[in-house]
Amino acid sequence: MFDVLFQPAIDGQLYIQWLLSGLMWTLLLAVGGWWIAFAIGVLVGVGRTSRNRAVALAARLYVEVFRNIPVLVQMFLWYFVLPELLPTGLGDRIKQMPPPWGAFFPALACLGLYTAARIAEQVRAGIEALPAGQDEAAAALGLSPWAARRHIIVPQALRLIVPSLTSEVMGIYKNTSVALTIGLLELTAQARQISEATFQTFGAFAAATIIYLLLALVAYRLMLWIDRRFQIPGSAPARKARRLPILRRGGAL
Amino acid sequence: MNSPVPTDPVIRLTEVNKHYGNFHALRDVSLEVAKGEKIIICGPSGSGKSTLIRCINRIERHDSGEILVDGHRLTGDTKDVAAIRREVGMVFQSFNLFPHMTILENCTIAPRKSRGLGKAEAEERAMHYLTKVRIPDQAGKYPGQLSGGQQQRVAIARALCMQPRVMLFDEPTSALDPEMVKEVLDTMVELAEEGMTMLCVTHEMGFARQVADRVIFMDRGEKIEEAAPGAFFTNPQSPRAREFLQQVIH
Repeated sequence: MFDVLFQPAIDGQLYIQWLLSGLMWTLLLAVGGWWIAFAIGVLVGVGRTSRNRAVALAARLYVEVFRNIPVLVQMFLWYFVLPELLPTGLGDRIKQMPPPWGAFFPALACLGLYTAARIAEQVRAGIEALPAGQDEAAAALGLSPWAARRHIIVPQALRLIVPSLTSEVMGIYKNTSVALTIGLLELTAQARQISEATFQTFGAFAAATIIYLLLALVAYRLMLWIDRRFQIPGSAPARKARRLPILRRGGAL
Repeated sequence: MNSPVPTDPVIRLTEVNKHYGNFHALRDVSLEVAKGEKIIICGPSGSGKSTLIRCINRIERHDSGEILVDGHRLTGDTKDVAAIRREVGMVFQSFNLFPHMTILENCTIAPRKSRGLGKAEAEERAMHYLTKVRIPDQAGKYPGQLSGGQQQRVAIARALCMQPRVMLFDEPTSALDPEMVKEVLDTMVELAEEGMTMLCVTHEMGFARQVADRVIFMDRGEKIEEAAPGAFFTNPQSPRAREFLQQVIH
């Protein structure tokens, strides 16, 4: 079924090299977009819980705008509309960026900012799930609201939301496929190219599918590792016990 | 009310009022606390005693009246609030330790981030107070690995690390198993004997007798009675205080 991958293409490369090149762009887009999304998402999420009304409103507005417009539409806005809205000189320079980058940067901005809105809501939920006593204790110790969030609130909130962040990690790399609509030759686009060049549609997309599945597995294992790595000693012992029933011979760990 | 008039008040409340919606939590409460005084606040649940001490470091905002702490007037001014909170330590019923930090980090975070102490100095100070509450050997553990009594003693050490002039205790032993109450009370007695100014909401009447300079009895948001512990326990003036004492002293 995967014979097609090892046949030479018109440019002299093997088709599998097309696929791997697509994989590289998918990964660059997903990993780069993730860090943008995480950084902005945490800031906006904290902003959502601010007592300052202007800050809270701005954060809310950000979330509503970026979360409620379809990713595909946002992709087109970044790629086609933004350069026209900017001053002509700057707009032209964006339009003249050499091929992969001209599509890569709009896609990076799109996925980063869209995912940030989703992460922000989870960060907010994590913060609101913490007992009020944590905020009170931080305040009573004289910590500023900023220091309390930086050292007390956010580190705990992030630990709470690791499971739901896992689906965001998986979400962002799946959404990278939308970038094919603005001409970025990522994994799905390369699979389509192989299919068009060879008519081996099944083999090309089956290969892409397996790669996406493997990526999901890697992301899942990574987040599980992070979850354990940052687990607070002395908390949630029940969870640990459930995970390692075999090791608890006769109840003695 | 035969209360001694403090000469040098560290805390002065004048006709403080506080509402939660329609509920009138504090009604015209006035109170003066001199340096080194130990005040016990008691009363039935919902009487406003916790609200009262939570207003002193502005964990709750009062609606009207004046609160002076160590010369600072409590208003919306964040600088004054921060200054007051550095001078007023608080111990909560539910400990409120930071679960993601070690005991040592719990004790050093505020001195470092709000007093600007260096790491080494903050840790040295933390170990001093952890030794004082007799758990220096637990410094590397996390709160979830300690018993309730140990956690509350850490909470006391954490507050002391800011070297406050006043300590507020909000029912510090109410969430503890009975066998752990004593270790926490012993720590508080030691603190009292060293001359710390203390306001303590508690139902531990034995402790009140032992350390209190004055006992304040509250009911329905009002300060009903204010007396030396001997007088309060043997001869409460108001019927409501008599009723309350009959229920808590067996």
